[in-house]
Amino acid sequence: MPSRTLIRAGFLTLALALLALFGASLARAAADDEEVRATLAQLRDADFDGKTELIEKLVTLNHSRVAAILQALSDSRLYFQEDPERIVIGSGDGAEIAIEDAVSGEALGQAGKRGLDRITANNRLRSLIENRLAGLGLASADPQQRKAAVEAFLRNPDPVGAAPLRARLEVETDTGIKELLALALALADLASDDATVRAKAATALGGQMQTEIRGPLTRMAAEDSDPAAREAARIALTRTEFRLQMLGWAETLFFGLSLGSVLILAAIGLAVTFGVMGVINMAHGELMMLGAYTTWLVQQWLPVNWSLPVAVPLAFLVAALVGIAIERGIIRFLYGRPLETLLATFGVSLILQQAVRSIFSPLNRSVASPDWMSGTILLGPLEVTLNRLVIVGFCIAVFAVLWLALQRTRLGLEVRAVAQNRAMARAMGVRSARVDALTFGLGSGIAGVAGVALSQLTNVGPNLGQSYIVDSFMVVVFGGVGNLWGTLVAGLSLGVANKLLEPWSGAVLAKILVLVFLILFIQKRPRGLFPQRGRAAEV
Amino acid sequence: MSELISELDAAGMHPPVGPVDATHGILLYLEGVSVSFDGFKAIDNLSLYIGDGELRCIIGPNGAGKTTMMDIITGKTKPDTGRVFFGQTIDLLKLDEPAIARAGIGRKFQRPTVIEPLTVLENLELAMSGAKRLRGLMTTRLSGEECDRIAAVLDRIGLTEHGGRLAGILAHGQKQWLEIGMLLMQEPRLLLVDEPVAGMTPAEMDRTAELLRSLAGSHSVVVVEHDMGFVRSIADQVTVLHQGRVLAEGRLDELQEDPTVIEVYLGAGDAYH
Amino acid sequence: MRLPPWLLSDRAGLVLLAVLALIGVGVPILNLWVPPDHPLHLTAYTVTLLGKYLCYALLAVAVDLVWGYMGILSLGHAAFFGLGGYCFGMYLMRQIGTRGVYGDPMLPDFMVFLNWQELPWYWHGFDLFWFAALMVLVVPGLLAFVFGWFAFRSRVSGVYLSIITQALTYALMLAFFRNEMGFGGNNGLTDFKDVLGYPIHADGTRVVLFVLSALALAGGYLACRWLVSTRMGRVLVAIRDSEDRARFLGYRVERVKALVFTFSAMLAGVAGALYVPQVGIINPGEFAPLNSIEAVIWVAVGGRGTLVGAVVGAVLVNYAKSWLTGALPEVWLFALGGLFVAVTLLLPHGLIGLLRRRREATA
Repeated sequence: MPSRTLIRAGFLTLALALLALFGASLARAAADDEEVRATLAQLRDADFDGKTELIEKLVTLNHSRVAAILQALSDSRLYFQEDPERIVIGSGDGAEIAIEDAVSGEALGQAGKRGLDRITANNRLRSLIENRLAGLGLASADPQQRKAAVEAFLRNPDPVGAAPLRARLEVETDTGIKELLALALALADLASDDATVRAKAATALGGQMQTEIRGPLTRMAAEDSDPAAREAARIALTRTEFRLQMLGWAETLFFGLSLGSVLILAAIGLAVTFGVMGVINMAHGELMMLGAYTTWLVQQWLPVNWSLPVAVPLAFLVAALVGIAIERGIIRFLYGRPLETLLATFGVSLILQQAVRSIFSPLNRSVASPDWMSGTILLGPLEVTLNRLVIVGFCIAVFAVLWLALQRTRLGLEVRAVAQNRAMARAMGVRSARVDALTFGLGSGIAGVAGVALSQLTNVGPNLGQSYIVDSFMVVVFGGVGNLWGTLVAGLSLGVANKLLEPWSGAVLAKILVLVFLILFIQKRPRGLFPQRGRAAEV
Repeated sequence: MSELISELDAAGMHPPVGPVDATHGILLYLEGVSVSFDGFKAIDNLSLYIGDGELRCIIGPNGAGKTTMMDIITGKTKPDTGRVFFGQTIDLLKLDEPAIARAGIGRKFQRPTVIEPLTVLENLELAMSGAKRLRGLMTTRLSGEECDRIAAVLDRIGLTEHGGRLAGILAHGQKQWLEIGMLLMQEPRLLLVDEPVAGMTPAEMDRTAELLRSLAGSHSVVVVEHDMGFVRSIADQVTVLHQGRVLAEGRLDELQEDPTVIEVYLGAGDAYH
Repeated sequence: MRLPPWLLSDRAGLVLLAVLALIGVGVPILNLWVPPDHPLHLTAYTVTLLGKYLCYALLAVAVDLVWGYMGILSLGHAAFFGLGGYCFGMYLMRQIGTRGVYGDPMLPDFMVFLNWQELPWYWHGFDLFWFAALMVLVVPGLLAFVFGWFAFRSRVSGVYLSIITQALTYALMLAFFRNEMGFGGNNGLTDFKDVLGYPIHADGTRVVLFVLSALALAGGYLACRWLVSTRMGRVLVAIRDSEDRARFLGYRVERVKALVFTFSAMLAGVAGALYVPQVGIINPGEFAPLNSIEAVIWVAVGGRGTLVGAVVGAVLVNYAKSWLTGALPEVWLFALGGLFVAVTLLLPHGLIGLLRRRREATA
């Protein structure tokens, strides 16, 4: 299509022409290098007051290197070179450092420190520089840099530097930066001579959680000469405290939810085998362990980032097959004898543990986390670790899939039928033996999937399962046997309760308290939070 | 804590319940009793009176509330509303299962429930009244009077020759009799008997009917039964339960003419022999 | 002397008592009076090992009483065993006195190490033997009674009860691991010096402890055997096989359960108290859920509901454990796991049941 190529070429030419024009006008507006060199030349011999003046002058010069020069001065990297005489910026440590020309930015190779005379700065100068640099950054076209400039001001507020902020506020379009600017100005106003301005500024700053803001407010609430201003600062601080507290609660809640998700993942497979089938499977924890080891094995073959999507179905399969083997080989001979089932499956759990110990060694294996699960993310003001968030999401997904499987599939229907009335289901043509095996496979498979999630949180070792078995039974019993929603509510509330208690009592005691509560609760309501009622529950 | 200790006080192993006062000729009162499970009304405003020494049969289709009614009388289920009195004075709703048993109400379950690893004699000894306090339990011997009581009951249920056998190896019918024998050892005033002849041969049924008839008079007997032939052979008064209520009450031949009864129950056909 | 009929009819029990009498006399002779180079000499190590087995056997009898006769599968009996052990361990700790590493006359070493200034209130009285011996019965008994009272009254039974007994011992384990509890944290109580003034490592003391264990086992066995042969025993079986039947016969099932559970916990406590001076240490590992379940499997192997089977099972399984963990440590858990499966599937009445069936078949 020649016409389109032509048009494109035309646009390109136009753009280039505009750019050239724009560049030329920039060059005209900018000070030439000589003026900067002249100013810099005076820096060497000036005292600190003189340096202050020179810095202010440099800022007005509007030269592209000013920011770099000021930063170097602040970092004590600005030097006067004796031979040839010029101002340079050094970088690196040691006797020989790399230098570049301060004004042109041209690299000048190495130079010995001996021939370099450092231009000193004190802290007052440094904060001035930071402030002025902020002013420079404010004019940047990049919102990121403007934001950084305001944040720099927040860290180092100075009433004098407030003027450019005020000017910027007039023209700023980015709402986020606008809010930040308003805060910065209010912070600057805290130092105002006018008590009403101070009070107003304090009120505006209430509820802001940055330490740079809380510090001056706290001082003001204690020391301000004006009682009204003190009171305003105190009220503002109360609002801040309240928000901080809310944030703390939100954090605890999130930790609780993430622990609850782990508990649910661990318990939900049990909710199927114990709740629906009435089978006590003490090897449930070891099935989770198998899932975790599957993840580890997958990571030996696949890159970490791809391992989890492969490990989840594989872990399901491995655990489900082992589960079906347990059901066909042992449990089916013990239906109606729950205590014997408990003992036999406990034996299985010992065998699985020792098998893993013999095959993989008794030491813990470390399972890596993929990139997309590491790091943190901001949920509003709350900073949460990604892996916890992913686990919460994963738990919801597993629950949803299981729920749908039980409600919407033929197998689910048969499972529920057998659970309610085995004899009747058989009479209706349900092959209960097959359903038993598949149900147990389903519950076990979910344990395997839970193991994949656990491998991202704890060490993968032969004892992985044991540490979860008591907890997961407690969750199922607390929620009410045979009730998936109960398991969900129980897991979440136990997780949150644990995390609420922790800061007050410490982690171990919190766990003990939760256990004791559960023991008492079961004695009060043996059927759990959401008991099954009616005749089926009596059997 | 003090409640706990006083409750456990060995002397107070069971709360003092006075003797049954049946002076008005009525032994068991159920008045306006209702109970529902999950919104389903198993018993709906049921009122029923059992006379002293009466033998009453209760019939009704499945789900009519027969077993739930027995659960309420014996304290296994607490009704939502209503009054249940044993004689004039004993409020059964205030007592738990053991206390009700000790007050003089014996219950035979639908499925024969005897303690299979124990011998027939031991089963009867287990049920013997007066031995249920802690001190009474800490002995290995039987007094002469106790032996006589056991022998009398053994004779009555026709298991004298089987006294030393394990209950688990008895025939089905014999287990049913043993269970009735265990009730008799409790020396109850009221016997609640749930399906006593299920699975029995006709000869066994006749003996059971004879046994139950012989108990009436000295005891009140309430029999829940599906087998109409058996009901006809023992009962003068029959109560029909339907959907948790009393549908009709009277003699069996009268009831068989009652159109509503025929519709809900006898009309079903299969239960009517 | 004439034996009461309940004992006379218990032939297996008489054999057991005879064996206990035999080793109760024989082991001291073979250890103390047969010279060390003689092939029949028993080393102190063997005496202690046998003593340990006897303590385990007493624990197994306690488990069998509640499981075999009353149908309560307790997965928490190691908790009572451990508590009894800790009570006696506290007495032994107080006996160390100034001979500890830090030489504090009142405070055990670990408290000095934690920089505690005074003895916690619950450590008072444990310097007296009679008080500690009483606590060996009272502490496990009280816990079992309170726990059982609430659990049985709200009709928690079957696997639910098993699981909360397991949670109980698990919670205790976590608690005793904490230093703040004042029981030595994960090191537990150890470095004992003497008991009632006799050096704890001396051969004579070991033999006396062994004989005491044999006597305790014989006594515990007789008490349980007598109990199950009374009417109470019949009530227990009725509760096991049909709780409702027992209740409708007028028995206060929950009280009977609570009492027998408490008695069983006390027996377990005694076993723990005799165990600690022989092995020389008690730590929170004793509360591990696995220990409780192992005790159950001893009973299952021997034959539940027989009492003698509990003793046989405890000794056999523990002998196998000592041997296997020494010779083939990898195999032990496989063997134990396999035992759980095999016994429940193939040998529901245990070894005693097998023997009885054989005898009935030949008779």
